[in-house]
Amino acid sequence: MKRFGDFTAVDGIDVSVAPGEAFGFLGPNGAGKSSTMRMIACVSMPTAGELRILGKDPAVHGSEIRARLGVCPQLDNLDPDLSVRENLTTYARYFGLSRQEARRRAEELLEFAQLTEKAASQVEPLSGGMKRRLTIARAMVNDPDLVLLDEPTTGLDPQARHLLWERLFRLKQEGKTLVLTTHYMDEAEQLCDRLVVMDGGRIVAEGSPRALIERYSTAEVVELRFGVLRPADLVGKLEGVGERVDPLPDRILVYTGDGDAAVAEVHRRGLAPSSVLVRRSSLEDVFLHLTGRRLVD
Amino acid sequence: MAHPTLAVLERNLLLYRRLWRASVFSSVVLPVLFVLSIGLGVGGYVGGIGGTDYLSWIVPGVLASTAFQIGVGECTYTVLGDFRWVRSYHAMRATPVDIWDMLRGWLLYVLLRVEVAVVVFLVVSAAFGALHSPWALVTPLVCALLGLAVAAPVTAFAATVEHDSYFALLFRFVMIPSTLFAGVFFPVEQLPGLVRPLAYVSPLWHAVELCRAATLGGAPPWPVAAHVACLAVFAVAGLWWANRAFRKRLED
Repeated sequence: MKRFGDFTAVDGIDVSVAPGEAFGFLGPNGAGKSSTMRMIACVSMPTAGELRILGKDPAVHGSEIRARLGVCPQLDNLDPDLSVRENLTTYARYFGLSRQEARRRAEELLEFAQLTEKAASQVEPLSGGMKRRLTIARAMVNDPDLVLLDEPTTGLDPQARHLLWERLFRLKQEGKTLVLTTHYMDEAEQLCDRLVVMDGGRIVAEGSPRALIERYSTAEVVELRFGVLRPADLVGKLEGVGERVDPLPDRILVYTGDGDAAVAEVHRRGLAPSSVLVRRSSLEDVFLHLTGRRLVD
Repeated sequence: MAHPTLAVLERNLLLYRRLWRASVFSSVVLPVLFVLSIGLGVGGYVGGIGGTDYLSWIVPGVLASTAFQIGVGECTYTVLGDFRWVRSYHAMRATPVDIWDMLRGWLLYVLLRVEVAVVVFLVVSAAFGALHSPWALVTPLVCALLGLAVAAPVTAFAATVEHDSYFALLFRFVMIPSTLFAGVFFPVEQLPGLVRPLAYVSPLWHAVELCRAATLGGAPPWPVAAHVACLAVFAVAGLWWANRAFRKRLED
């Protein structure tokens, strides 16, 4: 539980993450993901409730816990006037590594982040993807037991995201516990063994990506477009096709176990969609179903 | 194992390595030029104060005011920037470095800067024959205490404000008046009785009087312990405030 004055950012959540697990917090902006992450990072204290990180109480053992955490914050906080290598060695020193050990670790991590060629460059001119990779590499400097990633790939181009996913997947294979927040559903499906969907400071669903899709959505989704006809006017005619019909401004989604059968039924009813797409249900469908389509800024 | 405070100090020194050229002029060359032009130039007209030649009289004042200016100047934009733009304190917060480490590492760095400038200034002053007592050797200690007495509260202030325009107010209404009315260029006895308490509440005045007593070999106007205590109060209160300001800024 976390309150800021009258505002309740995190309104009683109950989760536990096992060692070696990759766990995700999903949710729209303002759902309470970052506040939760800050509490896990032992930076902000819960207003109420019990919190144990690596088996310890952050209120008592904050510094000890932080020594075993790797934190990749949402906003980059690299030192722009230091070189890429110096960013790593300086950070390593905060964890008490000797100068020699810090240099050795920096070389390893430069390799891991594919930044060896940029080692002597200052941080300022690096691309967004390189800065993120450096931030993640920096979070690994103390060989942490638990890695916290707050929206690790927000704002990156697809190439950079895929490279990062691959690096994060490697960390997962090394047995690191990963806790991440994201609002990219593909990212959650790629990386998370288990996740929770948060909305308004509460947990609205919990499970593996697959289990969530099975529980909150159907196997397939049919996307129908009807040219100039307004989807809202056609919903009545589609009643009973599939399990659920969701009219959007530009198209109609039909949630069904069998996409082809649903399309056949649409045609049988004399409707002539201008385009038809049958696809598998994704985590995004679950997310939108659970958190709604209302825009949160 | 390196202490986290030293790791923070190292970061600041590493950054300084890239910036030192710009600071040498303002913190070392400028005070020397200042004392030469005012001390020799103005001194030629005014003669001396209380039987001391003017150059020797203002050397301890400019010495302390150099420490004062570094203490104030270093702790404004850099501290605000490290919170707002670089977010380096937020980065440290995610490590075993705690708030006292951040403050100690930072203030040690500022004190090193103060000491380098003070020692260079002393050497130049000695070359001009402006030091008249072996007690001059304690002035670096006085300047370190003064440096802490201003650096700690100014760091706290910089950690509290949201915008750098507040620094213009700090310079205009605190720093410049303190320098003008703290006995650097003329004895505070010249000030009207009403204004004189302003000097007494300025940490700079206490340091100026201690330095002057040391370089000229006399006694300061108040007991030494009283001057030192005033500086110590500023330092301790500043540290307490800075710790609170950092905690507030980093925790919620």
